[in-house]
Amino acid sequence: MSSVNSYRLGPDERGHFGIFGGRYVAETLMPLILSVESSYAGAKADPAFEAEFHTLLAQFVGRPNPLYPAKRLSEAWGGARIYLKREDLNHTGAHKINNCVGQILLARRMGKKRIIAETGAGQHGVATATVCALFGMECVIFMGATDIERQAPNVARMKLLGAEVRPVTSGRATLKDAMNDALRDWVSTVDTTYYLIGTVAGPHPYPAMVRDFQSVIGEEVRTQILAAEGRLPDSLVACIGGGSNAMGLFHPFLDDAGVRIIGVEAAGHGLESGEHAASLTGGKPGVLHGNRTYLLQNDDGQIQEAHSISAGLDYPGIGPEHSWLFDSGRVEYVAITDDEALDAFQQCTRLEGIIPALESSHALAHAGKIARDLGKDHVMVINLSGRGDKDLDSVLRALNARSQGA
Amino acid sequence: MSRLAKRFEHLRAENRAALVTYIMASDPDTATCQALLNGLPGAGADIIELGMPFTDPMADGPAIQAAALRALAAGGSVANTLAMVRAFRTVDSGTPLILMGYYNPVYRWGPEKFCRDAAQAGVDGLILVDLPPEEVEEILPFAKANGIDFIFLTAPTSDDARLPVIVGAASGFVYYVSIAGITGTKSASHDAIADAVTRIRRHTDLPVCVGFGITTPEKAAEVARVADGAVVGSAIVDVLSKQGGAAALDLVRRLADGVRGTRKGS
Repeated sequence: MSSVNSYRLGPDERGHFGIFGGRYVAETLMPLILSVESSYAGAKADPAFEAEFHTLLAQFVGRPNPLYPAKRLSEAWGGARIYLKREDLNHTGAHKINNCVGQILLARRMGKKRIIAETGAGQHGVATATVCALFGMECVIFMGATDIERQAPNVARMKLLGAEVRPVTSGRATLKDAMNDALRDWVSTVDTTYYLIGTVAGPHPYPAMVRDFQSVIGEEVRTQILAAEGRLPDSLVACIGGGSNAMGLFHPFLDDAGVRIIGVEAAGHGLESGEHAASLTGGKPGVLHGNRTYLLQNDDGQIQEAHSISAGLDYPGIGPEHSWLFDSGRVEYVAITDDEALDAFQQCTRLEGIIPALESSHALAHAGKIARDLGKDHVMVINLSGRGDKDLDSVLRALNARSQGA
Repeated sequence: MSRLAKRFEHLRAENRAALVTYIMASDPDTATCQALLNGLPGAGADIIELGMPFTDPMADGPAIQAAALRALAAGGSVANTLAMVRAFRTVDSGTPLILMGYYNPVYRWGPEKFCRDAAQAGVDGLILVDLPPEEVEEILPFAKANGIDFIFLTAPTSDDARLPVIVGAASGFVYYVSIAGITGTKSASHDAIADAVTRIRRHTDLPVCVGFGITTPEKAAEVARVADGAVVGSAIVDVLSKQGGAAALDLVRRLADGVRGTRKGS
């Protein structure tokens, strides 16, 4: 991979973005990983695959979704002109569905009959169950036992859609353990099963493949902002857990040197508290779930628990391409606390009549911090990656706790 | 000659297979585990695999997952594991000892420093479950330079195109994972194991040891008829957690009886 002329050429043929990425999986899975890779290469070169993908995005997902000029937020922040990319208006309420549509088509192409996936808050689980219903495929979703309790509406949705939701009790029963158990299932069911990973992580080719499917976000933004402003944006802001909505927005702009790009991680209770999910700003390179990337871990290489008010950001790793963009300096990565995200959640809801996901609220919070200093000529695009209906319980609980503490 | 090569030469002379036993370092605590480790050769273990605890053992079933969490809660770490090996070497200089685990703790320690420190502690081989041939170059040269055998896993999914890629980089022995699955869950049939060992031997002269799903002396004996070693892990770890170290050594004795009472090809 050359970083001389372009940031968009990676990964190399072995799935590496610089030192990051790769295929760190048990031998039992290697032949299957290699077959996913060659099948995806075949699909990418097939115009019929591309056409079916875009037809489904238009007819089933509802794309393109709007790039919305958020006049009242722009006014309140007193600086940059803010546009919101409305991924929240997609079918199932978030960007996750873009990737699920792409991968389900690949799974069909590979002749697989059974789909497995991991989920934290349940958004990827719902999106996966949705495309499985659409194509009549068997669907098993791995979800931490504690998350199942906290996210009852999404669990009900998955079940209505025909998926089996399998509670994960191994380890500490979180999203990372759900991914472990999905991998354990896959190793036992290689002949029949396709693992539909929900973010730009995992072994090669997943980080590149999920990025490609999500890049529709940035490609639409490019067209839409040129129509609205006659020029490219000055900055892009997106939240990052595993990093798929951010990578989807960023990737088409990586080589536009004039576009400042900012990824926002979850600082939880604050980076200094040790209770956060900021893998880049608070972690170190390591190997987990099939790839080398920045991870929250102790000095012995044991993986630590992540914390964020937003279940979708609550993962101790991040996609390997983000790690590479972090080290290369092309993308700035910052972190926003639970409290800051909550404030932004309320502000966007009240001023724009849009209830954002807690994940996306992290991006809004950082944008609100820097907008004033950027001035009124500055055009900023924020990825509103999902809607906040799923978060109402968490938000009300946090706001109650806050008012009682005050 | 390495301890592993010497041990397999000796076993060939006896025309029998090796009993390879796995326990997790620092499970349930370092002192109990050290006593068990030191007792394994006397109970009949020919080769020892010592697990390195990791928070996210993706290829392991419930028994070894639980062992890893117990070990970590008891202070298990790379440093502790190496200290256990050093203590073992004060009582046993002949039994080959292999470290088995996941790559991240090794990566954080530093691949070169890890191989040097492991060799100095008395480690003979290394199995890193999540480091396939595609990624192994970042540690393999350091293992070689320090006289540590790098042992690769082969699986039912490793076809004839893939086997040469795997065994080409291997030394010590080749580990055949007899099921497509995780440790300590299901078992492969005798015929499936025999066929697989025959197929692997077409690609290598290295000894072939078979693991995953071997839980009883009878199953170990069955494997010992066709392979160069039978690996038992989850069953020992399970007995250790439920009945303690003495019972675990008892199981090892019975497994050894099964393996030692079996002649190859019988």
